[in-house]
Amino acid sequence: MRDVITERTKMKIAVLSGKGGTGKTMLSVNLAAVATPSTYVDCDVEEPNGYLFFKPEDVRPEIVSVLVPSADPNICNGCKECVRFCKFHALAHSGEHLIVFEDVCHSCGGCSLICPLNAITEHPRTVGVVESGRSGEVTIHTGRMNVGEAAGLPIIRKLMKKISESGQERIFIDCPPGSSCTVMESIRDAEFCVLVSEPTIFGTHNLEMIVELVRTFDKPFGVILNKRLDGEKDPSEEYCHRNCLPILGKIPFDHELGILNSEGKIASRENGRFFQMFKDIYDHITECVSI
Amino acid sequence: MKQLLILSGKGGTGKTTLASAIIRLSEAKACADCDVDAPNLHLVMDYKGETERKDYYGLPKAFIDAGLCTHCGSCLEICRFEAVISGKKMHIDPRACEGCGLCERICPVGAIEMHPSVAGELRLLSDPEKGIFSTAQLKMGNGTTGLLVTEVKKQMIKASDNASLAVIDGSPGIGCPVIASITGVDMILIVTEPSLSGISDMDRILDTARRLGSDITVCVNKADTNQKMTEQIRDRCLQMDVPYTGEIPFDPEAVRIVNKGLTLADEKCPAGDAIRSVFENVMNIMNRR
Repeated sequence: MRDVITERTKMKIAVLSGKGGTGKTMLSVNLAAVATPSTYVDCDVEEPNGYLFFKPEDVRPEIVSVLVPSADPNICNGCKECVRFCKFHALAHSGEHLIVFEDVCHSCGGCSLICPLNAITEHPRTVGVVESGRSGEVTIHTGRMNVGEAAGLPIIRKLMKKISESGQERIFIDCPPGSSCTVMESIRDAEFCVLVSEPTIFGTHNLEMIVELVRTFDKPFGVILNKRLDGEKDPSEEYCHRNCLPILGKIPFDHELGILNSEGKIASRENGRFFQMFKDIYDHITECVSI
Repeated sequence: MKQLLILSGKGGTGKTTLASAIIRLSEAKACADCDVDAPNLHLVMDYKGETERKDYYGLPKAFIDAGLCTHCGSCLEICRFEAVISGKKMHIDPRACEGCGLCERICPVGAIEMHPSVAGELRLLSDPEKGIFSTAQLKMGNGTTGLLVTEVKKQMIKASDNASLAVIDGSPGIGCPVIASITGVDMILIVTEPSLSGISDMDRILDTARRLGSDITVCVNKADTNQKMTEQIRDRCLQMDVPYTGEIPFDPEAVRIVNKGLTLADEKCPAGDAIRSVFENVMNIMNRR
């Protein structure tokens, strides 16, 4: 059965958590490393970290840009039709020329379309980059938003486009924290969601939120209980039991794992014990997906 | 009123744990949770008294009147957010609609209207002893986090006219909600962790905050889990002339205390003692400016 699954076509698995720092990157990096040939996609474009572990080679950057407007001062007559139209308050008129606040523009294209004199044209503005490289049998796509930018969504959209074009492999999507539009976009095409939690009431509260999120999108999912302390109660585990949520695996708080991880090393490549642990989790996930 | 904001870049380094302990230690009469898409501060704050709840409206979203729609497809063609779903009946996916209003504008038969849309809930708690606590919860999958963060801070400031200090818990990352939370604060305390990821993320949040001209200090949580990395962070701060306000050890007791719904200032523990010293250092720097 397992061989049949391995030969299945593309499978996209999103790793998310709501709360930051529960171990999304650690898990998705190691899953990609044991499920080769595979692809790792870093959608945490504000603070991407997966590349620090993979240290990819042959990196090819692709600029991500959005369209922003500007008006030809020789044509614009200051009618302010565009200023009144823009719901995002990205436009103002100084009396002499049109001022564009590019960082609040949503690139809807409305102003250029409705300008009665066709004075407005759009031009690309760089907001970030997607870098693609390789580490062994893992393909790595990293999205990185430029510092000072507000919205990472266009970069995540570019990453999604990239993976829709890639071949038949296992794809692991490392999602941003939270539960806003960027997370939604990151899980949109995923066939399965892995929710990572930690044994704190913070982790549990945010786990409840993303369970709601993945249910809204009818995504099959399972939970990984991370950073388990020996003999301590885990409120996230209790929450899973109360609500009959599938638990995919438990990762103990482990000093060696912590050190490897803090130094940007891929635990499953360094140590056979960790390879087996992540391989077991991966096998459990593929079983869940095939059902 | 002076405002102290806790940020981290990387998630899970201990913003909320630190913020809650500092709120107790400082007896700040105003505080806020600006992590509106994963708020947690309320879980350990235990404010008694009145809670004021208010719907938060994002930008109005498009709505197609199926009775008037002629299926001409103009809206489908111009929408850049893939929010128009064509089918037997044309309709708008409210999760994708960003509220630009272009479809309403160009619809030749006036079948599209913009309808108000609730994007979250604002909560304002007033405890007769502790003071004001402002927080919010963004509705699942919404995108107007920055505006909601601004509202959370606004209602805190409006409600707390006699407070001398406000402590604000921020969100991870460097984007829209973080930039909105930085506006107007007097001091940012960045809490990082001794890992390659923690350092990389600290660099990006430092860069972001410096561009906005903010005063910044840095402390390290779980400092003893990788002493070498902690030293790197300390050196980096020195090089960049960013005040380094201390180190907090990894403390299993901290998890137990937080899981009881308490702050690390409520019970004696090594992490709590270290936070007290960080807090004093930060206040000294803030009061000198």
